[in-house]
Amino acid sequence: MFKQKNYLALGAVVLVAIILLSLPSRATARLKLSVGSWFLPLFGLAGAAQQLPADLADSVLTRHELLHQVDTLRRENQQLRSQAVQGVAIARENDQLRALFNWQRQSPWRLKLANVVMRDPANWWRTVQIDLGTRDGLRENLPVITDAGLVGRVSSVSQTRAQVILVGDPNCRVSALVENASRDMGVLLAGGTLDTSLVELTYLASSANLKPGQSVITSGLGGIFPKGIPIGQVVDSRSVEYGLYTDARVKLNANLGSLEQVWVLFP
Amino acid sequence: MLNVLFPVNFFQPILILACAFLAVFGEATLAAPRHLLGAQVDLLPALMVYAALNAGLPTIALLAVFGGVWFDTLSANPLGISILPLAVIGWPIYLRRDLILHDLPFAQFVLGAAASAAAPALTLLLLLSGGKELLLGWGTLWQWIVMAAVGAVATPFIFSLMDACNRALGYQERVEPGFRLDREIQRSRKKL
Repeated sequence: MFKQKNYLALGAVVLVAIILLSLPSRATARLKLSVGSWFLPLFGLAGAAQQLPADLADSVLTRHELLHQVDTLRRENQQLRSQAVQGVAIARENDQLRALFNWQRQSPWRLKLANVVMRDPANWWRTVQIDLGTRDGLRENLPVITDAGLVGRVSSVSQTRAQVILVGDPNCRVSALVENASRDMGVLLAGGTLDTSLVELTYLASSANLKPGQSVITSGLGGIFPKGIPIGQVVDSRSVEYGLYTDARVKLNANLGSLEQVWVLFP
Repeated sequence: MLNVLFPVNFFQPILILACAFLAVFGEATLAAPRHLLGAQVDLLPALMVYAALNAGLPTIALLAVFGGVWFDTLSANPLGISILPLAVIGWPIYLRRDLILHDLPFAQFVLGAAASAAAPALTLLLLLSGGKELLLGWGTLWQWIVMAAVGAVATPFIFSLMDACNRALGYQERVEPGFRLDREIQRSRKKL
C-alpha cells in the first residue's frame, strides 16, 4: 500500500509547501502578484457581467423617470454648490485664524476612487482587494474610506491591485476618539466573526462617560489615519478587568459587508 | 514514469485543476454565501475528495499545490499554507480508495463533510502555530459547521458534474473483451 511513489509525491508536495512558506516576504508578494494576475481575465469578465444588468436597466428607463432623475440631480447640485461656497468661506476664515495663532496649516488630503474587486475567500481574515496599485501611486498604510466612514488601510500593494485590511480585522488597529464631553480615547480591535458591522473599542478610561449613539472618530494618533474620520456609533459599554478600563461595542458607519467602491486617501 | 506524469487521458487532471481555479475565483468574488450563511464556503476539499477517489497521484499533488497556492494568492494567508491541509486530506483517501464505495452518494457526502471540516481546521492550526492573529470567536464554530455542511452537500454534485464532463469530453478507457482465443473451449467430435 505504501509504495515508494506515494512517499515521493507526498514529499514533493511537502517540500513545495515548505519552500513557499520560507520565502522572504518580498518574494512572496511578487509570487502572489504573478499568480494573482492569472485571475485578471476572470475579474474582467465578472466586472462586465456585473455591469450588464445596470446597462440594461439604464437602456429601458422611461423619459419620465430620466427627467425626474435630472431634476433630483440639479437640486442636489445646487445644494452642493452652496455648501462648497460656505466651505470656501470657512476654509478662508480657518486660514486667517491659523495665521493669527501661528498654527501649522494642515495639508489637504487627496482622494482616489477604487473598485472593490474581490473579498478574502478565507473566513478568518477581513480583507478586500481594490483595483488600484503602485502605478496609481498607492503604497502601504494609506487610509481607505467610503462616504459613510472609515473602511480600513492598505496592507500590501502590487502594480495593479492592493489589499485593504478592513476595520474589525485583528491586524487593523485604529486609535479612536469618542465625541463626548470627556473626549475618551481607545483602540479599535477585532470585530465579531459573523457581524461585520460591530467592532470592539477597548482600553477606554474606566471613568469614560459613554452613551449609546455617541459618535466615534479617528483620533489622529498612530500616524496612519488622519484625525476626524467618522468610524461609527457607540452601541453599549461595559467595565472590564475589575474596572481597570472600559470596553465598548461600536456600530460601524460603513457597510463592510457590501463594499463596491471606496476612496483611498493620499496625504 | 512519463506515462504517469503525462497520461494519454490528460483531460481529467486539466478538468480538476480548471474546476479548482474557478472554485477559488468564485469564493473570492461571490458574496452571496457570506450574506446568506455567514460564512464563505470552500469547494477545494470536495474537489480533493473527487481527485483522491478517481485520479492518480500526480493529479492529487497538482491539486494540492495549485489549489492551495491559488487560494492563498487571493487571501491574506501566507503563501503555501493551504497546500498541506489539502494534501493531508487527499493522501489517506487515495491510499484507502479501494476500500471506499465511492459510487455511493452517501459515502461521497460523508467524505465531503469530513474533508471540508478538516481543511479549515488544519489551516487554522497551522496559522495559529505560526503566531498569526486571526478573526476567531464563537461565530467561527458556526462558520466551520456551514463549511462542512456545504462541502458535504456539494461533493455528490461535484462527482456527478465531473463524471458527466469526463464522459462527454474525455477519452473512454478501452474495455478488454471477456473473450480470449487461448481460453476458447474447443468443441469437437474428434478425439484429441
